[in-house]
Amino acid sequence: MAHSARTDCPELPDFFLLKRLARDQLIYLLEQLPGKKDLFIEADLMSPLDRIANVSTLKQHEVDKLYKVEYKPIVSTSDQLCFLIRPRIQTVKWICDVANADKATGRFRRYKIIFTPQKFYACDAVLEEQGIIGDVTTDEWSFYLLPLDDDIISLELPEFFRDNFLAGDQRWVRTAGSALHLLHSLYGPFSKVYGIGRCSKMAYESWREQVEEGEQKARQAEIGKVFLIDRDVDFVTPLCSQVVYEGLVDDIFKIKCACVEFGPDVTSSDKSIKVMLNSQDRVFNEIRNEHFSNVFGFLSQKARNLQTSYDKRRGMDIKQMKTFVSEELKGLKQEHRLLSLHIGACESIMKKKTKQDFQELLKTEHSLLEGFEIRESISFIEEHINRQVSMIESLRLLCLLSITENGLLPKDYRSLKAQYLQSYGVDHLLTFANLRQLGLLVEQQPGETLTVMESKVGKLVNDRTGGKLSDAFSSLAKKSNFRALSRKLNLVPKSDEEYDLRVPRDMAYIFSGAYVPLSCKLIEQVLERDGWTGLEEVTRLLNGHEFAVTGSSGADSKAKNDAQRIILVMFLGGCTFSEISALRFLGRERGCKFIVVTTAITNSSRLIEALLDNLV
Amino acid sequence: MAFITANWNPLGEAFYRSTELYEMCWNLRDGLRDCLVAAAPYGGPIALLREPVRRSPSSRPQLEIYSASGVAIASFPWKSGPVVQLGWTVSDELLCIQEDGSVLIYDLFGSFKRHFSMGQEVMQSQVLEAKVFHSPYGTGVAIVTASSRFTLATNIDDLKLRRLPEVPGNTWSAGEPTCWVVLTQDRQTKVLMSNGPELYILDTTSCTAVVPPGLGPQAGSIVHMSVSFSYKYLALFTDTGHMWTGSSHLCRRPKSQQPSVVLMWDRLLMVAGVSHDTIQFPLEDPCVLIGELDGVRIISSANQELLQEVPLVCQEIFKIASMAPGALLLEAHREYQKSSQKADEYLREIKEQSMLGEAVRQCVEAAGHEYDSNTQKSLLRAASFGKCFLTDFSPEAFVSTCRELRVLNAVRERGVGLPLTHTQLVYRQFYPLAIEVCRYLKIPDYQGVSRVLKHWASCKVQQKDLSDEAIARAVCVKVGDSPGVSYSHIAAKAYECGRPELAIKLLDFEARSGEQVPLLLKMKRSQLALSKAVESGDTDLVYTVVTYLKSEMNRGDFFMTLRNQPVALSLYRQFCKLQEQETLKDLYNQDDDHQELANYYVTASYREKRLESRLSLLQTAVDEYNKAKNEFSAKATEEEMRLLRFQRKLDDEKGAGLLGLSLQATMEALLALGLHKQAEQLYRDFRVPDKRFWWLKLKSLAEKEEWEELEKFSKSKKSPIGYLAFVEVCMKSNNKPEAKKYVSKVTPEQRVKAHLAVGDLEGAADAAIERKSDSELAAVLARCPASDRQLLDRLNRAAAAAAKK
Repeated sequence: MAHSARTDCPELPDFFLLKRLARDQLIYLLEQLPGKKDLFIEADLMSPLDRIANVSTLKQHEVDKLYKVEYKPIVSTSDQLCFLIRPRIQTVKWICDVANADKATGRFRRYKIIFTPQKFYACDAVLEEQGIIGDVTTDEWSFYLLPLDDDIISLELPEFFRDNFLAGDQRWVRTAGSALHLLHSLYGPFSKVYGIGRCSKMAYESWREQVEEGEQKARQAEIGKVFLIDRDVDFVTPLCSQVVYEGLVDDIFKIKCACVEFGPDVTSSDKSIKVMLNSQDRVFNEIRNEHFSNVFGFLSQKARNLQTSYDKRRGMDIKQMKTFVSEELKGLKQEHRLLSLHIGACESIMKKKTKQDFQELLKTEHSLLEGFEIRESISFIEEHINRQVSMIESLRLLCLLSITENGLLPKDYRSLKAQYLQSYGVDHLLTFANLRQLGLLVEQQPGETLTVMESKVGKLVNDRTGGKLSDAFSSLAKKSNFRALSRKLNLVPKSDEEYDLRVPRDMAYIFSGAYVPLSCKLIEQVLERDGWTGLEEVTRLLNGHEFAVTGSSGADSKAKNDAQRIILVMFLGGCTFSEISALRFLGRERGCKFIVVTTAITNSSRLIEALLDNLV
Repeated sequence: MAFITANWNPLGEAFYRSTELYEMCWNLRDGLRDCLVAAAPYGGPIALLREPVRRSPSSRPQLEIYSASGVAIASFPWKSGPVVQLGWTVSDELLCIQEDGSVLIYDLFGSFKRHFSMGQEVMQSQVLEAKVFHSPYGTGVAIVTASSRFTLATNIDDLKLRRLPEVPGNTWSAGEPTCWVVLTQDRQTKVLMSNGPELYILDTTSCTAVVPPGLGPQAGSIVHMSVSFSYKYLALFTDTGHMWTGSSHLCRRPKSQQPSVVLMWDRLLMVAGVSHDTIQFPLEDPCVLIGELDGVRIISSANQELLQEVPLVCQEIFKIASMAPGALLLEAHREYQKSSQKADEYLREIKEQSMLGEAVRQCVEAAGHEYDSNTQKSLLRAASFGKCFLTDFSPEAFVSTCRELRVLNAVRERGVGLPLTHTQLVYRQFYPLAIEVCRYLKIPDYQGVSRVLKHWASCKVQQKDLSDEAIARAVCVKVGDSPGVSYSHIAAKAYECGRPELAIKLLDFEARSGEQVPLLLKMKRSQLALSKAVESGDTDLVYTVVTYLKSEMNRGDFFMTLRNQPVALSLYRQFCKLQEQETLKDLYNQDDDHQELANYYVTASYREKRLESRLSLLQTAVDEYNKAKNEFSAKATEEEMRLLRFQRKLDDEKGAGLLGLSLQATMEALLALGLHKQAEQLYRDFRVPDKRFWWLKLKSLAEKEEWEELEKFSKSKKSPIGYLAFVEVCMKSNNKPEAKKYVSKVTPEQRVKAHLAVGDLEGAADAAIERKSDSELAAVLARCPASDRQLLDRLNRAAAAAAKK
C-alpha cells in the first residue's frame, strides 16, 4: 500500500506524557488517604486503569486488595475503602448502601470516592440524600485521555453516545471540552479549529471558556489543526460491516482498550491469549489498515521471509551464531509468535466471513449504499429477521435501510417492525422508540415529500422561540439526506469500474471500494478548502452547526512548520477502526498525520447495543 | 546621623532599637487605663473601648477607631452588651466579642456589618476570655467559657464552630485556665493552656498533657504565655519568675536561633534574650504591645514606638568602627560630599577587597530597613555613588527599593498612618492613591488595579443617594472589562445592600453566565437563573438550579418551568430515570406526552413479577398508546398481553415455562416440546408470516432429526421459503441423504448452489452448464479440485462458450 504514500509525513507528538500525568495524579490521590486501603474499581475502568498504573504500582501506594465494583455487599475487612468510579448515580448509590450497611452494624471505616474524570453535582445530591455525605471524602481524578496507540486517544466514555444523542443529557460536553483543553495546553496552541455538529460546537465553546479562564503560555505547537465531529453527522459509516483487518478483528473479537482476547480457536491451544494491538506489534502494524482480502497473502509472504531469516542459521560459524542468537533471534521469535496469532485470527475470520451469508450481507449493504435493488434488500432483511440470525445485525440493517432511504415506507416500516417484535419480543418497542428519536429508523411521512418537510422544519428551526422545539421535531430535523449527500460528495464510486483493493485509490477501499466514509470525506473536504466555503449545500443537508475558527496564534504561525500538518480529529460519540484506517490513508496521501481522539471506539454492534431498551 | 546608634541596645550578640513612629494625634484624657485596645497587625488601625465594664446600665462606653498615627476615624457609643475582647480581622474589620458569645463585626469606619454567635452553650455560661488570631485560613476567634470549655472558629468568613474537649479532671480548682494561647501549626489550630504548673494542648479531638523540656516542677506554675507572630516560638512565664522560651512545638531551639521576648510590667518594659542579659526600658504610661512580623509596636497615650532587633545589614553598616564594605562606602560618600580626598582612599580600600558590589547591595538593603527618610537618603546616595564605579551592576534592586520607599514614606504620612500594603490602602478608601501605588509599583493589573476597582465598585453600589442607572453606568465606565473584576461580585454587594434591581443591571455586564447563577438564585430570580445556567453549558450548574427550583416551587410550576428548558428537562429526566421513577411519570403526565407515558408503563411492566399487575400495566400502556394515536404500538402491546395469557395457560397446563418469551421463542419452545397444534394456533392467531413459520418448523424438525415429519411438512404445500433452505438445514445437521432429497425441488436459479451445498460437483456442473451462467460456472470451477481434469475441461469449455456469447 506504500506505493502512493508520501515520504514527508511529520512526526506525531508523544502522548506518553498524558499517561504520566494521569498516573502521578492518581498516586497523589491515593496518598491522600494514608495507610492500607482496599480499592474498588468500576468494572469498565479496569482496563483503562491497567494502562496507567499496574497492580504493583497501586500496591506500592498502600492499596491492599483490589475489587471490581459489582453492586453487591462487600467482603472487605479493611478500615479504609477507596472507590475509583465513573460519576454514575447507580454506583454512588451502591457506595451509599455499603456505607449504610456498615453503619447499621456499627462498623467504622473511612470512605473515599475518586470520581473520574470528574464529579457531577448529581453524585453529591445522591450522597446527601442517602445521608452519607459527611462520611465520605470525594476527589476527582482528571483522567480524561487514554492514549491507545501513537495516533489514537480515547476518553473511554461509551455512555457519551447514548447520554448525549439519545437522552439529550449534555453533562459530558464539558468533559469533552476539558479533554480538548488538556491537549491544547500540552500540545497546542491550535492554529485552526473546524467542526460540525451541535455537540462539537458546545464542546468547542466549553474549551474556549476554559482557555480564557486559564493563563496561556506561549509554546511551540505540536498539533496545528483540530476537527470536531458529532457522531450523528454520520451514522452510515459506523453501521456498515467492517472489512479492514483492525475493524474486522474488533467486530468479531471485540477490541477493548487496544487489547483483544483471542480464544482457543485462534491460538490453536486450549487457552485464550490477550494481545495488545498497537503499532508496537510489527506484524499487526503492517496489516491493520489492509483490506481483509490482502491480509492472508501478506501474512504468508511474511511467513516465508521469517523462514528465510531462520534459515540464515545454517552455515554460520560459532561467532556468527552467537550474534544471531543475541541480536536477532529474540526479535524473530517475537515476530513468529505474533505472526502465528494473526494467521490464526485470519483463519477464524475467514471461517466466519467468507461464507455465503456474509457475502450476501455485504452485497445487501452495498446495494443500500448505492440505492439499487431496494426491494431485494428489504426481503433479505425480512428473511434475516425471520431466521433469527442476529438481534443486533437485523436492527443494524434496518437502520442502514432507513438512513439511506430517508425512512421506510409506512407499510414496510410496520411489517418489518412487527416481525422484529415477533422475533425478539415486544419490549423492543422501546428500542424502536429510541431509534426513531435518534432518526436512525423512521417512517416516511405519508403525503409529504422530503422537500416540503424540510422547508417546514427549516421554518420551525428559524421561528423557534426560547428553545421550544420539541423532541419530535428535532428528530425530524435529523433527516439523514444520505442520498443527496452521497451525490454531492461522490461517496459511492461508480460500481462498474474495477477496484483494486491492493492499490487503493481513495478511502473507499475500507469498504471494498463501495463507499467513501462520509465522516472522513467531510474532513478531507474541509481541510482541502480550509473551511466550509463551497460546502454550503452539504452543511444544509447535515443540519448545519458547522464552524471554522482561526486561533489567536494562527496569524503568525502560518509558517509551514510540521505542526500544521498534524491534525487532531475528535469524534464525539465514538468512531470506528475503519474510519481511523481511512484517515491514516488520507494522511499518507496528503503528507500529514491524523490523531484521532474519540469518546470511545465504536462499531455497529456497540452503537446499536447502546440504543437497546429491552429490559428482559 | 552620627548618633544613629544612640538608641541601640546590645543584647547578647544582637542589638535592639526602638524607633519612634508617631507622636499620637489623639487626645486621650485618661490615657490607656481601663481601656480595651486592639490594633491590627501590619501597622493597622487601633480600636479603643473605654470602660468596657459598665458601671451603671445607663452609661454607654465609647468605641473609638483611630489610624495608627492616632487620627480619629470613627467614634460611637457602644449600645450592645458587655464586650470582652476587641480584635481586627485580616481585612481590617473590627470584631467585638461580647460576654454572651455573640461577635459583632464593624468595618473600618465603624458601620455595623453583621454578627454571629459562638454557640448556644457559650451564651449560657458566658465568655471568660477571648482571643482573635490570624492564620493562613483567615481570621479566627477562640473563646473560653466560665465553665472552662474552649470553642474555636478558624475562619470567621466560613464559620465552623469547634468545641474542644474538656481538660481532664484535675486537682486544681474548677479547671479554670491560668493562661492560654492559640497555636496554628501543621494546618491545625490548637489551644495551649496552662492550669497551674500543668500544660495541655487541646485540638479538636484530644487533650494532651505536655511538659516543655527543661522546665522543672520547681519553676512553679505558668502564669503568662505568649506565642510569636509567626506561631513559631513560644514563651512561658512562671510565678517564680522563670521564663522559658522555645519553639511552639515545645522543643528547645539551638541557642543561636533563640528569639527574644518582650515583657511588660506596669512601669517597666524588658527585652529578654538568649543570655541572661536583658534590656530594660522604664515606662511612664500604661502601654499596649502589638506584635508585628519584625518587631513590637508599643503604643502609649502619647506616642508609638517600634521596638525591633536591628537588622544585620544595618548593624554592619552603622556599628561603631565597622569595617564592613557598606560602612566604608557610606563613609566614602560622606567624605566625597565634603570634597575630601579621603573618599578615594575609602573607595580604594573597598575595591582592593573587590567588595564594591557587596557594599552597594548592603547600602540599598539597609535603606529599606531604615525608618527615617534622611538615613534612607544618605544610604541610597552612597549606593548610587558606589554604583558609578561598577560596570555591570544590575540596577533592579536599587530602583525597586527607591520605589517601595517612596510608597512607604507616603503612606507613613501622619494623614494616612502607616499601612504597609496596597490592600490595606484600599480598605481605607484611598482609591486614587491606591491605584497610583499599584501602577507605581508595577503590580500586574490582575492583582493590583483590578482589586482596587473591585473594592471601589463594591462601595459605590452602597451609595444610597444615586439612582440604579447612574451607579450601573458609573461602574461600567470605570471598571470596563478589567481583568479579574467580577461583576457578579459587585452585584452581590448591591443585593446585600438591598438593591436587587441594581444587582440585575450589573449582572448583565457579567460575561460568564455561569457566574450570574448563584446570585440570581439568591435573589429568587429562578427562571432567569435557569436560563443563564443552561446558557453556560455547565450541566452541574443547571442541576443546582433544578434542585433548588424543585424544593422552592410547587410541582406544577416546577414542571412548567422545566418544560421551557429542554436541556434542563432532559437532565432531570435522566436523574429521575435512576432515582425517581414516579416523578418521571408525573413529568410525562404534565406534558400530556402519551407516547412516553406508554413507554414508561411498558418498562414498568417488566419490573413486575405478578402476571396480573403486569397485564394491568400493559393495559394502561395500550390506553396511552391509543391516546398518542400510535395504533401500531397499541396493537403490539395488546398482542403481547394475549401472548402472555396464552403462555400462562400453557405453563399451567403443561409446565412449559414459556412466560415472558417472545412469540418466536414461544413457538420454538412449543415445537421443541412437540406441541405442534399449539404452535400452529399461535401461527394463525398472531398472523405469523408463512416464511417465518416455515423456517421455524424446518429448523426445529431438523434439530430433532424428525426427517419423516420434515418430508411430510415439505410436501404439505409449496414452500414459501423455497427448497434450498431445506437442503442447507439438512446439511447443517450433517444429513446428506436427506438433503439430496430436496435438491431436485430447488428452483433452477438456485440449483447450482444446492448441488454445491451437498457437495455434488457433477450435478452442480451440469446445472451450471445448462444455465450457461458465467458466475455460476466460475463458482463451480472454484470448488473443482485440480485432479478432476475431465470436469475441469468440461467446465472451461462451457465457460468459454458462455463468454463468446
